[in-house]
Amino acid sequence: MPLSKDEVRHVAMLARLSLEPGDEEFYAEQLSGILAHIDRLQQLDTESIPPTAQVVEVANTLREDVPRPGLTQADALANAPAAVDGFFRVPSIQEEA
Amino acid sequence: MSELTELTIKEAARLLRLRSISAADLVTAHVDRIQQLDRRVKAFLRFTPELWDKQADQADKRIKDGDPGPLVGIPMAVKDVLCVRGVETTAGSQILRGFKPPYTGTAMSRLFEAGAVMLGVTNCDEFAMGSSTENSGYHPTHNPWDLDRVPGGSSGGSAAAVAAGEAMIALGTDTGGSIRQPAALCGVVGMKPTYGRVSRYGLIAFASSLDQIGPFARCVDDAAITLAAMAGHDPLDATSSDRVGRDVLNNYGEGVEGMRLGVPREYYDVQGIESGVKAAIDQAIKSLRDAGAEIVDVSLPHTDYGLAAYYIIAPAECSSNLARFDGVRYGMFTEDAENITEAYMRTRRKGFGTEVRRRVMLGTYALSSGYYDAYYLKAQKVRTLIKRDFDEAFQKCDAIVSATSPTVAFPIGSKTQDPLSMYLCDVLTLGGNLAGLPGISVPCGMSEGLPVGLQVLAPQWGENVALRVARTYEESSGVKAEVAPLD
Amino acid sequence: MTSPWEVVIGMEVHVQPRTRSKMFCGCAIGQLGDPPNSNVCEICLGMPGTLPVINKAAVEACLKTAVALNCEIPRHTKFDRKNYMYPDLPKGYQISQYDLPMSVNGVLELDGRRIRVRRVHLEEDTGKLIHAGDKLHKAWESFVDLNRAGVPLMEIVTEPDLRSADEARDYAVALRTLLRTIGASEADMEKGQLRAEPNISIRRAGSEELGVKTELKNINSFRALHRAILYEVARQAEVLESGGTVVQETRGWSDAEQRTFSQRSKEFAEDYRYFPEPDLPPLELDPGWIEDLRRALPELPGARRARLVSQHKLPEADAVLIAADRDLADLFEAAVAKGAEAKPAANWIIGEVAPSGKFPTPEHLADLVKLVTAGSITRDQAREVLIESVETGRSPSDIVAEHGFAQVSDEAALLAEVEAVMAANPRAVEDYRGGKKQALGALMADLKKRAPQANPKVASELLLRLLG
Ligand SMILES: [Mg+2]
Ligand SMILES: [Zn+2]
Repeated sequence: MPLSKDEVRHVAMLARLSLEPGDEEFYAEQLSGILAHIDRLQQLDTESIPPTAQVVEVANTLREDVPRPGLTQADALANAPAAVDGFFRVPSIQEEA
Repeated sequence: MSELTELTIKEAARLLRLRSISAADLVTAHVDRIQQLDRRVKAFLRFTPELWDKQADQADKRIKDGDPGPLVGIPMAVKDVLCVRGVETTAGSQILRGFKPPYTGTAMSRLFEAGAVMLGVTNCDEFAMGSSTENSGYHPTHNPWDLDRVPGGSSGGSAAAVAAGEAMIALGTDTGGSIRQPAALCGVVGMKPTYGRVSRYGLIAFASSLDQIGPFARCVDDAAITLAAMAGHDPLDATSSDRVGRDVLNNYGEGVEGMRLGVPREYYDVQGIESGVKAAIDQAIKSLRDAGAEIVDVSLPHTDYGLAAYYIIAPAECSSNLARFDGVRYGMFTEDAENITEAYMRTRRKGFGTEVRRRVMLGTYALSSGYYDAYYLKAQKVRTLIKRDFDEAFQKCDAIVSATSPTVAFPIGSKTQDPLSMYLCDVLTLGGNLAGLPGISVPCGMSEGLPVGLQVLAPQWGENVALRVARTYEESSGVKAEVAPLD
Repeated sequence: MTSPWEVVIGMEVHVQPRTRSKMFCGCAIGQLGDPPNSNVCEICLGMPGTLPVINKAAVEACLKTAVALNCEIPRHTKFDRKNYMYPDLPKGYQISQYDLPMSVNGVLELDGRRIRVRRVHLEEDTGKLIHAGDKLHKAWESFVDLNRAGVPLMEIVTEPDLRSADEARDYAVALRTLLRTIGASEADMEKGQLRAEPNISIRRAGSEELGVKTELKNINSFRALHRAILYEVARQAEVLESGGTVVQETRGWSDAEQRTFSQRSKEFAEDYRYFPEPDLPPLELDPGWIEDLRRALPELPGARRARLVSQHKLPEADAVLIAADRDLADLFEAAVAKGAEAKPAANWIIGEVAPSGKFPTPEHLADLVKLVTAGSITRDQAREVLIESVETGRSPSDIVAEHGFAQVSDEAALLAEVEAVMAANPRAVEDYRGGKKQALGALMADLKKRAPQANPKVASELLLRLLG
């Protein structure tokens, strides 16, 4: 099923990707093309087939509750584009209503 | 000293032990070769002189102290998705430009402990998404056998570095074929281990349930040695197996006499396979039969659905894995955004390349409300069918052999406009990721002057089986990985 | 007049289990007031390439809680990713549990009512955001502290079974008591270890249909919980009675203004795109492990309250107060075992120990209760002795002996004092004998001044005899 521009806008919002001129058409066309191939999955009857989320059988890998040293504040912030007084700084999260 | 850049690990170790050469000499020879060639190949993104000086020094001390470890002093290149403390690591993406991890991933620290010497960081498709290394956020890498062609991908830089004699071994990652396919296209050995064999701690995730770290080398022995050194349980990766890493070497020297090797007809006649590739594979199969293997027909009936399942699961996981790239704690950042949502959206639009955005969009869509069952859940069920295909095939054979890639290296730019044609490069390799299998690609001759790779897939935890078949082939066929004739 | 509205409340409570390290990494759990971003590592910062590993102690605390709440614990459970991007969420997703939580279908008994618990699951906390600016001066930046990012949380969700603000508060208190009793959490609301989010709707009494609900956030005390619900119920009733409709939304509680307010967000309907966390293998819960946890549980608060009434003959009200705190109840029972009489011991615990939080040893409490019961010291003296005993660790008998303020109950010893009082107040004696019975008060007051250690009962009897 081809993607509408509305769907493209919705998905771009969910994925936090801004849309520049031409992007809506580009994604609509490209994603629709890939999905056209992917739609062959619907040919398969998978009613009774369990899903595989993880392919190797490993279970119950738990960690003992033992603290280990972390990073210094300086190391934690070393890669931050904007750090102030030990905090990461971000633009306002209070969006206009 | 250029012959020092054509050595295998065993040859190098012998010379080091005899003190005919030092680890520093080995590094120097490779750095010279890089300086001479990499302007044209562009396998590397960055170099790590502080590391190689220190590590070569330590290696020479260890050799002097009589430490005969096989990897002591061996020059190694590392794909740009693998974190090493203090070394800029960007996953081939502008969004991570300047990021220096405060920690070293497990596979790398194990190799450093084993004495390997890091030369630098190799190019790759952005976040390992691609099959040609053209999706790098920096520059494309060129195939050392024909500089107008791609090296394959996503680990194209690592494959090209080993093929060009710029590194003796290299590390790559394989999510849908990203080690095996570039190994085939560059004429080197590349191995993807069983999912869970090597810790993913320090691997910048693309698709967590598919990703594995593995080695590139110029012979099967070197790949085996490198893999054994990094394999084994890691308490920092809950999905890593508790099996002993050295398992991968069990009876691996023992030939293929009496082994049954399966040829899946869906792989043998895969759509778009080049006749030259097919001819080389026919030769390889014949050579394995001559070496004592029994060749049997097997079937992987859901092969046609593999790509579709893969292109739901991998993008879905990547859409989540890449959510952390928001410009807050590291990476690119947009200065003048009005609010956080706008900052996120602009940073990510600018920082991610086309292919990454395409997959993030696809994966977000596949997981979104109303589509989860039709896409994501469906793909996971088909994943089960594909795994069962392999389980059944392995009832009839010990290992599966096929071409690694349906084609030889293609010209740069020839597939970039059509994502699906690029995705089809992985049609013979991604089944191994969906089923979690170990797989190796070894050079098996040339077609149109370009390398062809033979893929060997084994059941989960059967690295030793895959290595054994590959090594027997290498020995009996006399086809050896060669350093590309660049000079 | 009864209200025409029935209140329907469901509660979602987030509780921090008692662990030393975070949910998925080895970072120590920090303290309130630690420098920002000082309890973090590459994992909880969501650095590229890092992976989570499940903390066993958090799983154990969650399972203990589930067992104590009579939940069903499935064999198979797993973690999922809840995807949304926000600066306090370093990975862009929260590792939580979606369709296969660690436990389901439990119940908490609340004064004879059964509050159904829908699920108890494990997840990780987010970091903290601090906003610069205010409503007038639009904030242009916020600050992120990730010390709390990755701290384990148990999410405990009830069915909409609560019917009033009182009941909602009582549920939260009972839950806290239970969590403390089994040692699963310290559950201190002030430290953010227990956070309650009620969702509230009202409907016409007798109606079966559920009304539109609002969800309340930022509640940090039981008192605020109670008031916020009362406010919200009244607000919704007013909206409906004036012909309006309740908007389904998240509302905050302002302690300063004592009101709830809409937390407007431009966000379209949330779509969390849950999917199984590929970095964590599923958990196969061994029934033997669950059985071991069940067996190791201490007596739960409900059962203990009942036993305090039946075995120790405490009034229900006292039993409720004492059973609500495992330490108080332990102290009570140990003191009784050391020979203290039950009711006075309960009084001392409720009146003195609980408000001060200062615990004597059971031996010392028993000693104190015996001294008071025997009339050896006054209540006022006993209060001082108790404080000194807690501070110094010495027994009440020793302290009383040393201070010499053991209460004097011996008539012979008191005789001189009583005679002295009578000699010093001849008018009062005369008045009393002349029929002004109220003159006794002045005599007793003077006696208390001269002989503070005198047993008031014995002294007044002696005085009356001498007067009469
Ligand atoms: Mg929650
Ligand atoms: Zn941490």
